Amino acid sequence: MNWLIDFFGEPANWSGPDGIPTRLLQHVEFSLLAFAIAAIIALPLGLWVGHTGRGAVLVVLSANAARALPTLGLLVLVVLLIGVGTIWPVLIPLIALAVPPILVNTYEGIRNADADLRDAAYGMGLRGRQVLFSALVPVALPLILLGLRLAAIQVVATATVAAYVGLGGLGRYIIDGLATKDYPSVFGGAVLVVLLALAVQFGFALLNRVVVSPGVRQVR
Amino acid sequence: MIKFDGVTKRYADGTVAVDNLSLEAASGTITVFVGPSGCGKTTSLRMINRMIDATTGRITLDGQDVKAIEPATLRRGIGYVIQQAGLFPHRTIVDNIATVPYLLGWDRKKARARAMELLERVGLDPKLAKRYPFQLSGGQQQRVGVARALAADPPVLLMDEPFSAVDPIVRTSLQEELLRLQSELHKTIVFVTHDIDEAVKLGDTVAVFRVGGHLAQISDPATLLSAPADDFVREFLGRDRGIRRLSFVPAADVPLSPPPDTLVVDDGKPVGWKSDDGTRPYGSFNPATDSLRAALDAALLSVNGVAVAVDGDGKVLGVVARDALDAAVSGVARG
Amino acid sequence: MDEPLIRWDWIARNWDNGSPLAIRTLLENHIVMAFVPVVFGLILAIPLGLACARWRLLYQPTTALMNIVYAMPSLALFSILLSVTGLTQTTVIIPLTLFSLAVLIPSVVDGMTSVPDHVRQSATAMGFRPLRRLILVELPIATPVVLAGTRVATVASISLVSVGALIGQGGLGALFTDGWQRQFSTPIIVGIALIVLLAVAADLVLIVLQRLLTPWSRARRSA
Repeated sequence: MNWLIDFFGEPANWSGPDGIPTRLLQHVEFSLLAFAIAAIIALPLGLWVGHTGRGAVLVVLSANAARALPTLGLLVLVVLLIGVGTIWPVLIPLIALAVPPILVNTYEGIRNADADLRDAAYGMGLRGRQVLFSALVPVALPLILLGLRLAAIQVVATATVAAYVGLGGLGRYIIDGLATKDYPSVFGGAVLVVLLALAVQFGFALLNRVVVSPGVRQVR
Repeated sequence: MIKFDGVTKRYADGTVAVDNLSLEAASGTITVFVGPSGCGKTTSLRMINRMIDATTGRITLDGQDVKAIEPATLRRGIGYVIQQAGLFPHRTIVDNIATVPYLLGWDRKKARARAMELLERVGLDPKLAKRYPFQLSGGQQQRVGVARALAADPPVLLMDEPFSAVDPIVRTSLQEELLRLQSELHKTIVFVTHDIDEAVKLGDTVAVFRVGGHLAQISDPATLLSAPADDFVREFLGRDRGIRRLSFVPAADVPLSPPPDTLVVDDGKPVGWKSDDGTRPYGSFNPATDSLRAALDAALLSVNGVAVAVDGDGKVLGVVARDALDAAVSGVARG
Repeated sequence: MDEPLIRWDWIARNWDNGSPLAIRTLLENHIVMAFVPVVFGLILAIPLGLACARWRLLYQPTTALMNIVYAMPSLALFSILLSVTGLTQTTVIIPLTLFSLAVLIPSVVDGMTSVPDHVRQSATAMGFRPLRRLILVELPIATPVVLAGTRVATVASISLVSVGALIGQGGLGALFTDGWQRQFSTPIIVGIALIVLLAVAADLVLIVLQRLLTPWSRARRSA
């Protein structure tokens, strides 16, 4: 507790380029950007593979292998190859982190939709795209949102390592604190990241209520 | 009219699901495809709305080759009901029923009004309109499935074992509901089932399939029961074929005798057979609407084996003596 | 950078040269720090998951707690523990055990939920007492789901160990910090490749294990 008071009670921590608002904003910026790009890549791919069944084995296997990619390793490699100065060195590893859960959950959600539902949809004269978007996606939505949520939380938690190669974000408090044995700073940084992740979690719970049909929410 | 002309379905692995099938399903009637699993009945049904495409042969709908029509357009003009109803779990009942009207670009209000009308027509409480499928029983979901298939008023209805997942009592009421609807709507219905009793009950025409996708026999149910084409059909029809055949013979021709003194009647209606300690049970039938089977059943229910004939209001018309019933039954047996 | 992306001679020289940064030593450490948490996680998650499946009231708060754990940056946990457990493998193993729990407890609960009610009832009707029913009927049926969770936990654990390099205990992750400090790409690429290979190999082993343990089920779940 004392660590928390030391950290959050220090006025210097609330302003300037090293202040909490700035660091928080940087953290949100990386995370949001990486998450958005990952979703733009993974959602359509997952929908397409789940709906057509094409390349499913390849996609699932490579997504599972990609889950093993160490973010720290990717980060230092990218910085080494393209240098700092842009935001890409931190985005690329975070995108690699976020794509697999979104992709796999979207694919599974669509593929595991009830065969009778698919059959009835085609039988009534819906065309391929209509079957996907008006029958399969609404039913797969809880699983798709779960994938998005897991990805978002991993991105927020992992974006801390960006600080290792000199980038900003809440990881700075942790990395710098570690270097100077300033434990209140490490702890405070961790608490901020967890709070941010919980806010994301809460946001998704809310989104779930708004976009998932009550008819589907009850079934699961 | 739906016409199969030398239709064969052969899959890539060489299995033949349907072999050179030719038959006709007359407009405004119910044609039932019945047979054991693996006989190609469902495949045949699904070739009509091109859920499966035939390998060779032609299927025509009122003279038009179905292959000439784009599948989605074709399907919007054909109602389709499947075993588990296949309702959209994320849409309310009313929106489920209105699916095809929405697809056809109907005005939302008109589509919903139509859906509400159908909800009542298939015997469901309009209060269910705002519910979701998971809140309905299996039988109710199946009724919604039928309503959904009827929504855009298609002339043709394809039903793939629609009632096989519900319990027998619900199944009976759904069957009766379908016959009632059909007497009002006169759709061209193709109905798939593995249950021969259901086939005989619902079909104006029954097509019996055998494993390997061959048509074994196609005829009206009475002919099917009295003259099965071969051993397979005889076996498939089962043991009670003779008794069931009586269901298709009207009881109107059975001669009635005046009621004897032993029948206790109150206000024109039968009460029972006189005995020392009050009355004993009797069985009754209505000659105007019932079959010979119902008359026989009534005789078996009476302690003395005499069936009581009543009119639509339940008033006694007369009785059928045992010899008269025997004569009628043996008349059927002789064909 | 005129350096080639990978200098193969560096790999040959550093594979087993006796230094603490020898690739082989790092790989061995990595394996220990990655697998011990999954094993501990399973040992803890099975009773905890069973308790949550049995007393549903427990599940909500447990899930909430696990969600918080899942959201914690591994780096922060390592750093804070450093002040308690020092520069040892334990500092990495404890947080990774917590992460494994966050994945495995829901798997155990889902696995128990996947046991069809009619199977449970027929077991009871045949005279199984609760403990025997659990061991002989329910747990075997839950196994595929639990193993699917174990696969996810294992891959995550293998990947996350590397972050420990920032506190000096990261197995192959040491190749990242080493490569970064010397601005030399070969160790970094070697580290990434070995970690991915290790994860894929472990995943394959678990898939085979699942086939052997539950021949009646074809593994379908992979999320």
